[in-house]
Amino acid sequence: MRRLVAVYNWLEQRLQLEAPVKDAALHPVPRNTASWWYVFGSAAFTLLLLQVFTGILLALIYVPGGGQAWQSLNVLNHQVELGWFLRAMHGWGSNFMVAVVLIHMVQVFLFGSYKYPRELTWVLGVFLLLMTLGMAFTGQVLRFDQDAYWGLGIGASITSRIPFVGGRLVHLLLGGPIIAGATLSRFFALHVFVIPGMLLAFAGLHVWMVLKLGINEWPMPGRVVRRSTYLQDYRKLTHEDGVPFVPVALWKDIFFSGAIIAAVAICAFVLGPFGPSGQPDPTIIQTVPKPDFFFLWIYAALAYLPPAMETPFILVAPIVGIAVLLGLPFFAGEGEKSWHRRPVALLVLCTAAITWGVLTHLATFTPWSPHMDAWSGDPLPPQDLRQATPLVRQGAVIFQAKQCRNCHAIGGSGGQRGPALDTLATRMTEDQMIRQVLQGGGNMPAYGKNLSPPEVTALVSFLETLHPPGQPPATDASRKELQTSEIIAAPLPEKRP
Amino acid sequence: MSNSVALKDEVKSEDGQRLVSRRWLLLKLGMAFNGLVGLALVTPVIRYLLSPMKSDDTYKSWIGLGPVGEFPEGETRLATFVNPVRRAWDGETAKVACYVRRMAGDQFQVFAVNCAHLGCPVRWFPQSQLFMCPCHGGVYYADGERASGPPERGLFTYPYKIVSGQLHIDAGQMPTLSNTAKLVTIDKAKGDCPCAG
Repeated sequence: MRRLVAVYNWLEQRLQLEAPVKDAALHPVPRNTASWWYVFGSAAFTLLLLQVFTGILLALIYVPGGGQAWQSLNVLNHQVELGWFLRAMHGWGSNFMVAVVLIHMVQVFLFGSYKYPRELTWVLGVFLLLMTLGMAFTGQVLRFDQDAYWGLGIGASITSRIPFVGGRLVHLLLGGPIIAGATLSRFFALHVFVIPGMLLAFAGLHVWMVLKLGINEWPMPGRVVRRSTYLQDYRKLTHEDGVPFVPVALWKDIFFSGAIIAAVAICAFVLGPFGPSGQPDPTIIQTVPKPDFFFLWIYAALAYLPPAMETPFILVAPIVGIAVLLGLPFFAGEGEKSWHRRPVALLVLCTAAITWGVLTHLATFTPWSPHMDAWSGDPLPPQDLRQATPLVRQGAVIFQAKQCRNCHAIGGSGGQRGPALDTLATRMTEDQMIRQVLQGGGNMPAYGKNLSPPEVTALVSFLETLHPPGQPPATDASRKELQTSEIIAAPLPEKRP
Repeated sequence: MSNSVALKDEVKSEDGQRLVSRRWLLLKLGMAFNGLVGLALVTPVIRYLLSPMKSDDTYKSWIGLGPVGEFPEGETRLATFVNPVRRAWDGETAKVACYVRRMAGDQFQVFAVNCAHLGCPVRWFPQSQLFMCPCHGGVYYADGERASGPPERGLFTYPYKIVSGQLHIDAGQMPTLSNTAKLVTIDKAKGDCPCAG
């Protein structure tokens, strides 16, 4: 024991870390902040360290080369002992990190922590969020599978919409004219050197400021932040009703961080690594690329924007969004911190959360995309065709063969791009159907060139059968009049153009 | 500033302002010197970083897609080629796919597989004569024109020419709105079109 003390003293004499560490550990924090609500920041930092650690382990095997990256991931998954587990830890760690950073941000927003004097802490936090998302995107690129390849294509297409310099910026983004080895190399440099270096430096500064400015007190309705009095009030709060950070607050941080790491490990063990999906061969076009979970909402937003709004929105919205986040502490730097007295803040938060949730949910089943295999993979419900005439059956064959099913569901299966057709006949008459099929419109392609007149007749006679048993199909009132009228004995005019 | 060491010969004016001393001048000169060296270094670094930014023509060249006879009249076929600008370690990502539509005789249309919306690979359905995009649902007719969905324009086309029975296209970079932004009519078999990908 005495030897240990001697070693400690020898080190301390040279390092002189005891005083600053003690200072940081024992500084008083407001009693209420020793709460489970305050554990997310430290958990995010722990996850960052986990990512650095697992990332280094993966780098022992991973090859950042266009031709080998995908193979090296498969080797990690299948041949290197427990390589799959390390990949899964890194992948799940990434998801947890984005989630925890977002939760941390929501918490500090709700608690008004960004107000005076912690404006810069918030600003750095916004950059930390952006860098975390940057890590998630570049990490997805390093997977270098089909999703990564076409995800880069989407990134390049978005970049190309920047006026004047878009084309050149695409070259810069891709490291050349196409997505290839040079693209992967630069994303590797970003993911492994540039962004993590910045993340660690910014996170260090962020923590430094939390130590220097003190942790944000628990917001109480009526306790208003004013620049002139806040520092004194806070000092009073910490010195009269304060507790030392260690151990009163830290034990919760420690437990939560441990629980988060355990959760990452359990997810990794049970659910396994992410991908890689198909090999990054651009000539394999039978692929349905999809972004990772935390970018799904952007994927959905891009599908729903009207074409004319798209470029302005893609280019302006992120800048406005980031500017609002960065500007927040400067136009709301004082005043109430409690969410009980900040209805607008609460509403904004709820709106953002609901929008994000809805878009993410939509992107999990992409109702805007044709189901590429529905025409050959989703059979029609057989009961619909059992009593059908040959013409109707022929129409059903045409319906499947012409890929109508890719956009229109029947019996709950098929695409959702267009309306489901189970009750089509109750809302469209025969003539309306013919017109819609031939001319398209309302976001449906025109099939006039691709269907012969007999095919249209067969198809529409099949569509005419799509109505619930008890509900008659829609009929044209004037047509009915004509049919029942005795005056007109001549046959109906030709329906097809 | 209690524990900072004052220079022995530092001259201070009455109000405590530091006056120019030899050492401070040397420090400033040293900083200026470093600035100069940095500036001299920054130029090559920036040029190195920006080296991939080249004009479209630098990246493009004529590439053979094979004999014309491989593309039956009235059909649209997927063709692949190796990008003219490539590196040894690109692997399969050096490959590029395109759709070749032969209308009749020497009349062709060569489409990029990239959707004009956000670059996803469109799939050709010969039965319905439509290209469909799996990402955001862009749909195009057989002649590449936009049929429905979010794209603002039709499919990107490559200029083509036929040289001794071989189909050639002018390609080399990923087609995007910035290098093929306008819907231009492509002159046949000339290869001087300003729009190509």
